[in-house]
Amino acid sequence: MELVHSQLNTSQKRLDVFDWLYAALIVVAAVVAEQQYGQYMDIYEHSILIGSTLGLIALGWFWKSWRWFFPLTGALALAAIALYAGDINQGQSRFFLRYLLSSQSAIMWMCTLFFLAMAVFWAALFSRSAFLEQFATGLTWAASVMGLTGLFVRWDESYLISPDIGHIPVSNLYEVFVLFCLITALMYLYYAERVATRRMGAFVLPIICAAVGFILWYTFDRQAHEIQPLIPALQSWWMKIHVPTNFIGYGAFAIAAMLGIAERLVSRGVLADRLPSADIMEEVMYRAIAVGFLFFTIATILGAMWAADAWGGYWSWDPKETWALIVWLNYAAWLHVRLVKGWRGAVLSWWAIIGLFVTTFAFIGVNMFLSGLHSYGAL
Amino acid sequence: MKTPTRSTVFWASLFDLLSSMRFAIGLLTILAIASVIGTVLQQNQPYPNYVIEFGQFWFTVFEWLGLFDVYHSAWFLILLAFLVLSTSLCIWRNTPGFLKEMRGWREHASERSLAAMSHTALLQGTGTPETVQAYLTSQGFAIKTAQREDGSTMVVGKRGAGNKLGYFFAHIALVVICIGGLMDGNLPLKIGELVGTIRPETRDIPQGQVPAESRLSTSNLSFRGNVTIPENSSADVVFLNAGRGYLVQDLPFIITLKKFRVEYYPTGMPKLFASDIVITDKASGKTREETVKVNHPVHVDGVAIYQASFGDGGSPLALTAWNLAAPAMGPIKVEGRSMNQQPLIANGKPYSLEFGELRVFNIQDMRDNSTVAVNKTFNELLSQAQSVQHEKNLANAGPTIQFKLRDNQGQAFEYHTYMSPLVLEGRSYIVTGVRKEVGQPFSYLRLPLDQEGSLQSFMRLYATLHDTSLYPEIARRAAAKALAGSSISPEMQQQFQFSVEFVLNRFHEGGFRALDEFVQARVPADKQAEVGQTYIKILQAVVVDMMEIAHQRAGLAPFQLNENNYRFLLDSLVAAGILVRDYGSPVFLQLSGFEQVQATGLQLTRSPGKNVVYFGSLILVLGILCMFYIREVRVWVRLGAQDTRLAVSSNRKNRDLEQDFARHQARLLEIVQGKA
Ligand code: HEM
Repeated sequence: MELVHSQLNTSQKRLDVFDWLYAALIVVAAVVAEQQYGQYMDIYEHSILIGSTLGLIALGWFWKSWRWFFPLTGALALAAIALYAGDINQGQSRFFLRYLLSSQSAIMWMCTLFFLAMAVFWAALFSRSAFLEQFATGLTWAASVMGLTGLFVRWDESYLISPDIGHIPVSNLYEVFVLFCLITALMYLYYAERVATRRMGAFVLPIICAAVGFILWYTFDRQAHEIQPLIPALQSWWMKIHVPTNFIGYGAFAIAAMLGIAERLVSRGVLADRLPSADIMEEVMYRAIAVGFLFFTIATILGAMWAADAWGGYWSWDPKETWALIVWLNYAAWLHVRLVKGWRGAVLSWWAIIGLFVTTFAFIGVNMFLSGLHSYGAL
Repeated sequence: MKTPTRSTVFWASLFDLLSSMRFAIGLLTILAIASVIGTVLQQNQPYPNYVIEFGQFWFTVFEWLGLFDVYHSAWFLILLAFLVLSTSLCIWRNTPGFLKEMRGWREHASERSLAAMSHTALLQGTGTPETVQAYLTSQGFAIKTAQREDGSTMVVGKRGAGNKLGYFFAHIALVVICIGGLMDGNLPLKIGELVGTIRPETRDIPQGQVPAESRLSTSNLSFRGNVTIPENSSADVVFLNAGRGYLVQDLPFIITLKKFRVEYYPTGMPKLFASDIVITDKASGKTREETVKVNHPVHVDGVAIYQASFGDGGSPLALTAWNLAAPAMGPIKVEGRSMNQQPLIANGKPYSLEFGELRVFNIQDMRDNSTVAVNKTFNELLSQAQSVQHEKNLANAGPTIQFKLRDNQGQAFEYHTYMSPLVLEGRSYIVTGVRKEVGQPFSYLRLPLDQEGSLQSFMRLYATLHDTSLYPEIARRAAAKALAGSSISPEMQQQFQFSVEFVLNRFHEGGFRALDEFVQARVPADKQAEVGQTYIKILQAVVVDMMEIAHQRAGLAPFQLNENNYRFLLDSLVAAGILVRDYGSPVFLQLSGFEQVQATGLQLTRSPGKNVVYFGSLILVLGILCMFYIREVRVWVRLGAQDTRLAVSSNRKNRDLEQDFARHQARLLEIVQGKA
């Protein structure tokens, strides 16, 4: 418990010189982006750029690790772009692109590193080794760096293939799975710092690795990693904000469910002396669901506003919309039960676990089994 | 005080139930489960589809339950209404208490109740109210100081009132959103239908003839309807789905489609759908030109116009028709219009020719589909996974037209014809798909084209095949050749001639299938393969004789046999073998030209509730933010003569509270002990 207290609230300290340096860097990057690409953006995209700049600065000030993470991925992505030198075919011939920084290589590195991280987290759990825990955390960071770099590079590659094909890589199931892994890992890393325990990793990494497994299958069996142009329904700046927002929600719900499993085990005495206390995990579970609920609410509203532009109605009871509502109602009920009725323990953990099944269905089940207006990518 | 009557007790407990958390959670769960139904069962399909899928009995049951349009069914709307009611009552019930709590300071809280709080401490030493006030203010608290009867001073600090505001925001937002949704819903139409002032039209009649009780005036506040407009045509109404029928919504303006545009990426995926339209205001006659694109609706008079779909708007077609009963006659021209039907007389019998959609682009991946993952080496797989771009062998197969030919018994065959020839190994073919039933795959047939790129040569041969009176002559020639080449002996000549005629007759009756059926039925199993081979050899030989005769009859130069021509004959034989029996139509129709007229499918909506819903959404998000991320914290500091009581409370009993408490306790201790 002591640990927890001393670490809480570190983020509320005053801004230091690195905060300002980081902010300056982001502003410079935004200005350069504006100068280079401003002429191609519409008013909404300008607003998104400004919004992202402010958001990124806020994120860096709020979570100090972000201050090195984000610039590092940016630098790697820029290196890759420089190596490409405007020619997509360099991806196969330049050594660093082919084996490290082309989007596919980066994403494959991300996959590998996540598997390694999971293995090391479990080894740390059984050997009670703080060093291994730290190592696994490092691997998770490395995987996240490669994942975000991969997405950035993929964004550029899509434009290298052809300017009219270029688009942000959140447009199909393959790309959003990478995003899911990335966001889930980052949220976990944040909470691990907040409550100063790395031991939850052994439970969070498996869900990430499940998604990685899907990515690999999707790549090798279906060649889903090929960059496809955007169909008219997806050619909208709404996509840029709706999809990532949604995935913060999904990632948070996934973490909550995995902690639900851990909480259930610990309260039955399994691994109890190796995992954080049930209390801590319950609280992180609550925090994750709260963040997830907030972002999921925003994402659903953004989705409705997009639908109003694309399909002629903000709510059409399309299966994907309806399942988003189901997920939302589910977590609204969860929050009431915890916050208003004051429930704790078994029921909430189970509920969070079942919640993940509901969420997963809304995420991929709908695409696989139900037909509707969401042309997002059938399996 | 009045004693409560029975009925007030009833209403009070109903109020308690409806505004209770238990009821709310139950409702959320039931709504979630009910919503699933409409996602599993496809909504708003044509009713006959449901009857086919579920059978008459279940269809009736499901229709009664409103399962074909769950989200507009009475019971679902009632559930939603209960949610609104319950949330409203909840707000109503909590408002006085929450307001009182927000305003109150509880500065007169007794020492006993302070000591009983979960985060409380008695500190030795005391200080002045001013220092405590200064400390609490510096921590962001609003403060109030009170002198107490026992001589002690109470300083109360309060922070984070926004948390409670959040509750009001979020929950009022829900009610607002539902009201907005209701404004845009079809409740007024449903009520109109129930009362009988509105009656959906179920007949397929021209729009102008739809009676008044199935029409909605332009003053209708909210609607969502669709209309299809061909190029250079106009529309001033949209059609709303209403159960088994439809309603006609009049518009205050006329929409004219000038041009519908589709663009494709090189991969054949669509890149752009856009309609160039002219909008003419009915009252003022003013016009404006607009372009509607997917994701870029056009707004006119509070009506939004969306690109919803597109199709063929009835394109004039030019076709070449070969009479298969008299193929030597040569083709005649037939005119038609896609998406339309017309009569056709063939060999004295009436048919109905029903054209479907003309598709101008048919981009297909010509990659060999057999190279699936299993056949690849690990290295190939790996290098494929490395690159985000792949070679594809894409080609545009050109325009196609789909049509049905229905006889007067109502039986129809359906065809799918490519206009451009398919080129395979340097040879050109006309490709046409045939099927007897919708839903089955087409089976494709390739008719070889001659050097002039025409079906003439094939048809000439086909005519010879049709003329059974020529069979003895063909058989005679074949036998003579066989004799000359010593493949048969003179005694066998008669027998051979007989066999040739037999094979030709069978082939004429039913192509290769008829020959095969005969072999299966009449030839001993161990001889079947051999006999089959012989028949095919005979056909392959006599086809040359047939072509020679065809040339003679047409007065052409004698037929030259070479490898190229022989391939043509063999291809013809294969095509003829299918044409005689499985083609199902007395004429062969070839698409020879068209003038594309496209149609756009627009969706028009008027939704006055939209902004209400957006406003509700905004305060919903604000509310949730306040509820989750503003912590309400209260601090009581009672400064006694010797000692100081500190108590801290928060709406959330979590780690943050522990920490706040520890911090305040440490600071206060310094203050009261005079160390600050
Ligand atoms: C779709 C419907 C609803 C949603 C999405 C919703 C959402 C929420 C959320 C997210 C919270 C935050 C919990 C917290 O931080 O304290 C909350 C609190 C609360 N809700 Fe609801 N709610 C809904 C319906 C209702 C209904 C019908 C009631 C009436 C019984 C209700 C009563 C409350 C109460 C009393 C609180 C606690 C407020 C506080 O003490 O700060 N809610 N609601």
